[in-house]
Amino acid sequence: MKRILSTARTEFRIALRNRWVSIALAVMAVFSLVLALAGSAPTGGLGVDRLSVTVASLTSLSVYLIPLLALLMSFDAIAGEAERGTLPLLLAYPIAREAVLIGKLAAHLAILALALLLGHGLAAGVAIWNDPEALTGLPALWRLSWSSVLLGATFLGAGYALSALSRRPSGAAGLAIGLWLGLVVLYDLGLLSAIVADNGGWFTTEAFPVALLVNPADAFRLFNLTASGATAAAAGVGGAADTIPLWQSLASVLLWPLAALALAAAAFRKVTP
Amino acid sequence: MMTSTLTISQLTKRFGEVAALTGVSLSVAPGERVALLGHNGAGKSTMMKIILGLIPATSGQISVCDAAPGSIAARRSVAYLPENVAFHPALTGEEQLRHYLVLRGESPSQAMGLLEKVGLAQAARRRIGTYSKGMRQRVGLAQALIGQPRLLVLDEPTSGLDPVSRREFYALLDDLAKQGASILLSSHALTEVEARTDRIVILSKGRMVAEGSLAELRRRADLPVTLHVTARNGSAPEIARSLPGAILVDGALHLTCTQSEKLAQLGRIAGLGDKVADLDVLPPSLEDLYSHFSRGTVQ
Ligand SMILES: Nc1ncnc2c1ncn2[C@@H]1O[C@H](COP(=O)(O)OP(=O)(O)OP(=O)(O)O)[C@@H](O)[C@H]1O
Ligand SMILES: [Mg+2]
Repeated sequence: MKRILSTARTEFRIALRNRWVSIALAVMAVFSLVLALAGSAPTGGLGVDRLSVTVASLTSLSVYLIPLLALLMSFDAIAGEAERGTLPLLLAYPIAREAVLIGKLAAHLAILALALLLGHGLAAGVAIWNDPEALTGLPALWRLSWSSVLLGATFLGAGYALSALSRRPSGAAGLAIGLWLGLVVLYDLGLLSAIVADNGGWFTTEAFPVALLVNPADAFRLFNLTASGATAAAAGVGGAADTIPLWQSLASVLLWPLAALALAAAAFRKVTP
Repeated sequence: MMTSTLTISQLTKRFGEVAALTGVSLSVAPGERVALLGHNGAGKSTMMKIILGLIPATSGQISVCDAAPGSIAARRSVAYLPENVAFHPALTGEEQLRHYLVLRGESPSQAMGLLEKVGLAQAARRRIGTYSKGMRQRVGLAQALIGQPRLLVLDEPTSGLDPVSRREFYALLDDLAKQGASILLSSHALTEVEARTDRIVILSKGRMVAEGSLAELRRRADLPVTLHVTARNGSAPEIARSLPGAILVDGALHLTCTQSEKLAQLGRIAGLGDKVADLDVLPPSLEDLYSHFSRGTVQ
């Protein structure tokens, strides 16, 4: 336990000095503020408070941003150590490889959580300042916060796995960008075009919900939109949220971080320095 | 053997077509300092990595402090200094050592003491990225001293160190060995190894070609001794006539003879009386010994 804590502290320190902490905080703060200000413009009787509107747009943004931040922080985790030549010495120490991963994860998750705290805090502040009614949107914001941390954990784990598989930072960075493009951008485009081509057939009714659930980013969006009943406020894939029960997307949001970490541990175990 | 810290038998390691190690057997007792010598690519680093469990052996048995290499028990009692040791440039020397201390289950407050031991106290709060090569090497040494390791595996520990630091480093090793730690180190600097280790192991192309104390290796190699005879004014040609095989170099006569002929030869030179101004006996150098063993002897 002490070993994990010390690893986390060391990694946090490194991230602080590499400016990752400030980058994550600044990005989250800027985007949250922009969305909060946009969301607090007079909306014209949608029947929802301003914070809920902001949460819906924050959800759409987080689907892109959180995986990107997580992958950027994690792709170097193992490949970087291998390239710098710090890995042989580390692995000669009496610490389990899983513990190394968990220590790194704790540091990177703490950074994400800090950034989310700042961003979401600012968003809530702006919304409530403009509209006291916005207090009713706080549960939705809280749900978005913790599910964002879990989404971050999933992509951190995926980043570690890619980092361990590729052994070189440049290769790991390429794989990470590829994963992000694939899961967050192309996946939805693919689904969308499949639905259009399918025209309400088997794919739309049977395969599509499963496809949404197995992609951690889509499951995250689905979970937040379903839970807040704000599906109307978001376009796109969100429209299918009605047909999938909440517990299924929740299960996906909860299970993915564990699966990603297991993948990372398996990949790291295969690394010979 | 229960008493040895490290036992290797018939260790073989192949990287695809490359046979990095072939049938190497070795054991290191507590308190023993063993030097691993060999040309570039002889397999020294590979052997060390296998001892640490960083890479698997192709075949052979290894026991490290009565445990399997790489097991947590083995890693607890073995300290390692990799060749070209590296650290994260953003951390300070002190932060890095505190982390390593915790990983070994020791108190992080020992960091400053360790840095002092390797002469880095002044730079402890600077980032390792600003350190010189020798300073990084010292951080590496400091981390290898953490706790009471029963076995230290040091891959070219003195590379990048200045001559004074090398002396200090070997003094540190002597202390550790006196306390019962076994030390396995590799080096290309033969002269420093000569005085500071108990036993020498020479690897050549992945095979162990010689093993023993320096005196034993000298005896076994039976390399010729060189005698330098300085003649008094003008008597050089006369001496050369009575010492067959001698050649004249810069006014001195050089001749070589085997160990067994040495005394007879010396007697003959003494018999020349005051024609001889001076006599030097040069035993085979460590370099000669090393090239003798690492050359042809591979079958
Ligand atoms: N990961 C690897 N893959 C393939 N071949 C390797 C690998 N590591 C080492 N080798 C080969 O094994 C042999 C022994 O290498 P090793 O690094 O052990 O040499 P060394 O004795 O430490 O040399 P040096 O004095 O230069 O440090 C070399 O031929 C090397 O090319
Ligand atoms: Mg080497």
